Amino acid sequence: MTTEHALRAEDLTLGYGERTVVEGLDLAVPPGRITAIVGANACGKSTLLRSMTRLLAPRAGRVLLDGKAVHRLPAKELARTLGLLPQSPIAPEGITAADLIGRGRNPHQGVFSRWKPEDDAAVAAALEATQTTELADRAVDELSGGQRQRVWIAMALAQQTDLLLLDEPTTFLDVSHQIEVLDLLTDLNRARGTTIVMVLHDLNMAARYADHLVAMAGGRVHATGTPDQVLTEECVRAVFGLDSRVVVDPTSGKPLMLPLGRHHTDAAVQTVDAAG
Amino acid sequence: MTAVLTPTPSTVDTVARGRVRRAARRRLVTTLLALAVLVAFAVTLMVGRTFYPPGDVLRVVLGSDVPGASFTVGTLRLPRAVLAVTAGLSFGLAGVTFQTMLRNPLASPDVIGITSGASAAAAFAIVVLGWSGTAVSVTAIVSALGVALLIYSLAFKDGVAGTRLVLIGIGVAAMGKSVTSYVLSKAGAWDFAEALRWLTGSLNGSTWEATVPALLALLVLGPVLLRQTRALSALQLGDDTASALGVRVERTRIIAIIAAVGLLAFATAACGPIAFVSFLAGPIAARLVGPNGSLLVPAALVGALLVLVADLCGQFAFGTRFPVGVVTGVLGAPYLIYLIVRTNRAGGSL
Repeated sequence: MTTEHALRAEDLTLGYGERTVVEGLDLAVPPGRITAIVGANACGKSTLLRSMTRLLAPRAGRVLLDGKAVHRLPAKELARTLGLLPQSPIAPEGITAADLIGRGRNPHQGVFSRWKPEDDAAVAAALEATQTTELADRAVDELSGGQRQRVWIAMALAQQTDLLLLDEPTTFLDVSHQIEVLDLLTDLNRARGTTIVMVLHDLNMAARYADHLVAMAGGRVHATGTPDQVLTEECVRAVFGLDSRVVVDPTSGKPLMLPLGRHHTDAAVQTVDAAG
Repeated sequence: MTAVLTPTPSTVDTVARGRVRRAARRRLVTTLLALAVLVAFAVTLMVGRTFYPPGDVLRVVLGSDVPGASFTVGTLRLPRAVLAVTAGLSFGLAGVTFQTMLRNPLASPDVIGITSGASAAAAFAIVVLGWSGTAVSVTAIVSALGVALLIYSLAFKDGVAGTRLVLIGIGVAAMGKSVTSYVLSKAGAWDFAEALRWLTGSLNGSTWEATVPALLALLVLGPVLLRQTRALSALQLGDDTASALGVRVERTRIIAIIAAVGLLAFATAACGPIAFVSFLAGPIAARLVGPNGSLLVPAALVGALLVLVADLCGQFAFGTRFPVGVVTGVLGAPYLIYLIVRTNRAGGSL
């Protein structure tokens, strides 16, 4: 099992230029669990992740890893504990999957130090965990969307961090690949105890796969807790401004949100009428 | 630390073999390039109006006195060859650094105006102010840094977008060229050869006085850039990914820009902005080495080879002698057009 690390944000304010995106946010990431952050577009989810890996310095407040401010930690030391897979990472033209995954070893290597056997072992373990061994010698830009995403996750795994942050790892993937990626992250969490924090667009996927759900609205945490506690009709209305029904997902027992638009909701009205 | 799930030995083996195979190709190509540079360097010393055999050349280089050869090889050809290698390495290294950092083959310093800024300043200092030596180099480096800063700040809007930077840079490059032309046309002693040096680059009339500062700059700044190899490779994956991999993004960028601009400015102050060497070296090296791993060293060697071979062609391949920049310009321009056409076809973005 991995060492348990405490990651938390305290009274965090973040922004770009004139614009404030996150204001006075407090958040504690439960160690060894899967946390999903959900919220409307531009509510500050990605900005929060960027500040956790010190790419964005806070205007006020701080991000603490085991009680130390991440913006004060040496860059490589932080990168050996905390990994981040951004929303749209860039693969250099023609790079092979194995080489890309190998770059995840950067925080473990010195400026001129040679490649060590443990680096090969880490890359091999990442290939196997993501089932990309057959793709190792292929060019990343030739892979399908799902394969490419698994290769990127493999790169983050080769970094061997106890905490892994992912910004919308399932966007642009079809449903079977979404499930594949989320299952993989769950395996990782269960097998190694890796703490996972991911921003997800799909509320139902978030409710199904996360132990801990954080709903953000307007740069603040609106609600936090288990999916049962957080994914309620009131919460969906407050966070997304959307009417919905929340039912129990018959396959997982987790809450399942069914949005109510202006059309095709006759059955819902009938249910309400019948209930009322 | 992390408990790693133990991978199958066969997978570890596959990973290790793949890595060794890719590294072997890099090493082979780099060695061959270094040999080619050495051969071109030797040929530059041997060939000219009078041919001197390798033995004579070697003795002159090692310091003994050979009648005839000592002057021709030692005083005329050696500074020229050393400057060709120095400038080529500097242009290649600086070019590939910019292209890697900005993730855009068009973002090389000679396309985006940094080289022409250095050149305009050097021409102004020499032709108008009558300066020489270190003062010229300093003027060139200050001007090149100024131009880099100008392009960066003009292109900056919620981060630097490659396309905007390239377009602004092309405009700045045109400004630099027109400043150079203006300075040369206003100068009392209008000298065609001198004009060509500052417009396209030339190795004619190379002296030790001009060569030594560029060589020293390469010896100091080259290693500074090479130290950033891993960080630059990480930057290729995007700023966010690089930061997550423990790279101090802003710091890396500042070090790389200052070192690359310094290399360019010193080389430009010595021989002018040899056209398109920065622009061509990286892509050619990438073609030779393949997509994996850093291109810094191979691109530097390609730069040196380009300058040496282009200079030999310029001197001896045609009836008249052309400055080296004319030859590299002929090579580079079609590639520039090709890149722009290709990126336009790919959907209008660079």
